[in-house]
Amino acid sequence: MNKTKERNEHPLDELLRTDRIPHIWCPGCGIGTAFSASLVAMKTSAIDLQKTVMVSGIGCSGRGAGYIKLDSYHTTHGRAIPFATGMKLANPELNVVVFSGDGDLFAIGGNHFIHAARRNIDLTVVCVNNFNYGMTGGQAAATTPCNARTTTTPRGNPETPFNLPFMAFAAGASYVARWTILHTRDLTKSVEEALLRRGFSFIEVLAPCPTSYGRRNKQKPLDTLKAYQERTVIKHACHPAEVQLDFERGITLGKFFDLERPTFLDMYDRTCRPQERIEKSEAV
Amino acid sequence: MKPAVLTGEHFITGDVACAEGALAAGCRFFAGYPITPATEVAEHMAVRLPDVGGTYIQMEDEIASMGAVLGASCAGAKSMTATSGPGFSLMMENIGLAICTETPCVVVNVQRAGPSTGLPTLAAQGDMMQARWGSHGHYEIITLAPSSPQEMFYLTITAFDLSETYRTPVLIMSDEVIGHLSERVIIPEANAIKPRSRPKPKGRKDRFKPFQPGPNGVAPMAIAGEGYGIHVTGLTHDEKGYPVMTAEAQEAMLAQLTGKIHRNLEDIIRTEAYRLEDADLVIVSYGVSARSSLAAVDEARQLGIKAGLLKLVTVWPFPEERVRALAERVKGLVTVEINLGQIHLEVQRCAAGRAPAMLVGHAGGAVIPPERIIETLRNFS
Ligand SMILES: Cc1ncc(C[n+]2csc(CCOP(=O)(O)OP(=O)(O)O)c2C)c(N)n1
Ligand code: SF4
Ligand SMILES: [Mg+2]
Repeated sequence: MNKTKERNEHPLDELLRTDRIPHIWCPGCGIGTAFSASLVAMKTSAIDLQKTVMVSGIGCSGRGAGYIKLDSYHTTHGRAIPFATGMKLANPELNVVVFSGDGDLFAIGGNHFIHAARRNIDLTVVCVNNFNYGMTGGQAAATTPCNARTTTTPRGNPETPFNLPFMAFAAGASYVARWTILHTRDLTKSVEEALLRRGFSFIEVLAPCPTSYGRRNKQKPLDTLKAYQERTVIKHACHPAEVQLDFERGITLGKFFDLERPTFLDMYDRTCRPQERIEKSEAV
Repeated sequence: MKPAVLTGEHFITGDVACAEGALAAGCRFFAGYPITPATEVAEHMAVRLPDVGGTYIQMEDEIASMGAVLGASCAGAKSMTATSGPGFSLMMENIGLAICTETPCVVVNVQRAGPSTGLPTLAAQGDMMQARWGSHGHYEIITLAPSSPQEMFYLTITAFDLSETYRTPVLIMSDEVIGHLSERVIIPEANAIKPRSRPKPKGRKDRFKPFQPGPNGVAPMAIAGEGYGIHVTGLTHDEKGYPVMTAEAQEAMLAQLTGKIHRNLEDIIRTEAYRLEDADLVIVSYGVSARSSLAAVDEARQLGIKAGLLKLVTVWPFPEERVRALAERVKGLVTVEINLGQIHLEVQRCAAGRAPAMLVGHAGGAVIPPERIIETLRNFS
């Protein structure tokens, strides 16, 4: 009997709001995998989970905050990063993880993303990139590949998508990586690393959205995963300007950038609290 | 560290007094974006906060400022932002998040004339209905209106007290004249200021329901990192904080959000009466316009007009009972405000025909001279 009970328990139970399961994510959706990789990383990184917070915006990915059994905040569309910024600055002891979608973080919230990276706010940002607005039924996003079909680009997307790692790097992020949900080990390791890094860390996770995106682009759930397997190349330290994201020509994965620099709070303490610095140096 | 309460007599602007009031109330986080005529609040906070153990950040816009203020509040800091019309418009969505998630914070709007960019350097009181209904959905909100730099100081403390007590955003609706006016401001001894703080949870952490109201209708607030493992969402939620997508849950949540204000009107509503006892013509006014109104009352009395002033310190929730009671017994009500009739509509609604309600207002850009008020009073009597 005991054994059955044990088997019914999920290894992440202590981090999951089991009273909120079943979750809203569709069969074949990649968000769950990105989410559990993030939870595993939180466990294995040995950070203080009581002091760890998840902040999400709005979208299918943004529902992440609702399923983690830690302090979690489901905010407004696009504004997870400013909210997380306020949290981190008000209590620097918190580990603040932002888990949200591509539309949330890079369309409506794009401005906040680049400014938080520029300031090097000590956050870990995990972006589930499913190339569209899943929650609202599959409209074009700032990440939708050129020519791809969505409900708002029925003849193909005329726009060019962002290269997210390049944008994060150019804006000043301290840690930049990209994985797919097929690369769970690398992804988990990456989130773990990012959690332990000081500064603005960004991880893009490519994930299928069969319901809203896949079916309009001749991608059955397995086709997307196959592309993640066959078309991806891992190139650590690849210059973010050169990383590719092209389902035909290739998708570059890896840790592209990892270099610590002073965070916003380091700089704030140094420049705006001069008398405290004097007190501290006298104490030594 | 420097003292947070600058006890003594000062000659400062309303904006600076507002910042000092915030610090005295225990505000330790400010996020903002520059805008005339509110910039000086931010500038003063930028100077003072790091010296009292707080943090100032200039965000990329007012949407982000409001988001950061809420994040900081959820992490335990008393938090504030200050803006004017265009920025106030941008803050609306996250003000709604604050209402829905019952997150305390103070938002200062030093009003200028609108719509749009309007008259950036000139006073108006045209955002009063936006203060009431600017964010989508139905809700209650607390709004205070200061008439002097001294009141900017005290009412900012009151704003924090009410915000913390009732877990709701509190708006301070000032205006360009009060924000930029320099006057004597007395800051009391630190121990004479007894700031209120949000109710704290007690009992077992695993059983705690973050939105279950206490005896006064307000739920104790757990902050991030305390070990409660709470979930907070802007979706319609139950007492556990979990989303529930039904009309019943919506009904229950709105009953909670509006009920906690309705039940505590006595603590929230502040008005001031001037020569009201025997008045048969009553001016209803607030903010800078209450100053013109005060002068008008004295002048009118010299002309033999029995005028009095009801000054609304709390504008929202609207002091309905007070205005209704006056309407029962006076000859007329005159609302004085720098817009084309906003609070006037409320006065009219409460008077409900029992007394005629008139407006002395204009489109914005200048204060209303007492003469214009007297002219209306004269025509009335
Ligand atoms: C201000 C605002 N505009 C629009 C919406 C509607 N909306 C909800 S989710 C969403 C897009 C989410 O896309 P993404 O972040 O990529 O998340 P996904 O669902 O794909 O995981 C939109 C436009 C909203 N909630 N708020
Ligand atoms: S719509 Fe797409 S992103 Fe949303 S849950 Fe379904 S598969 Fe996932
Ligand atoms: Mg998406």
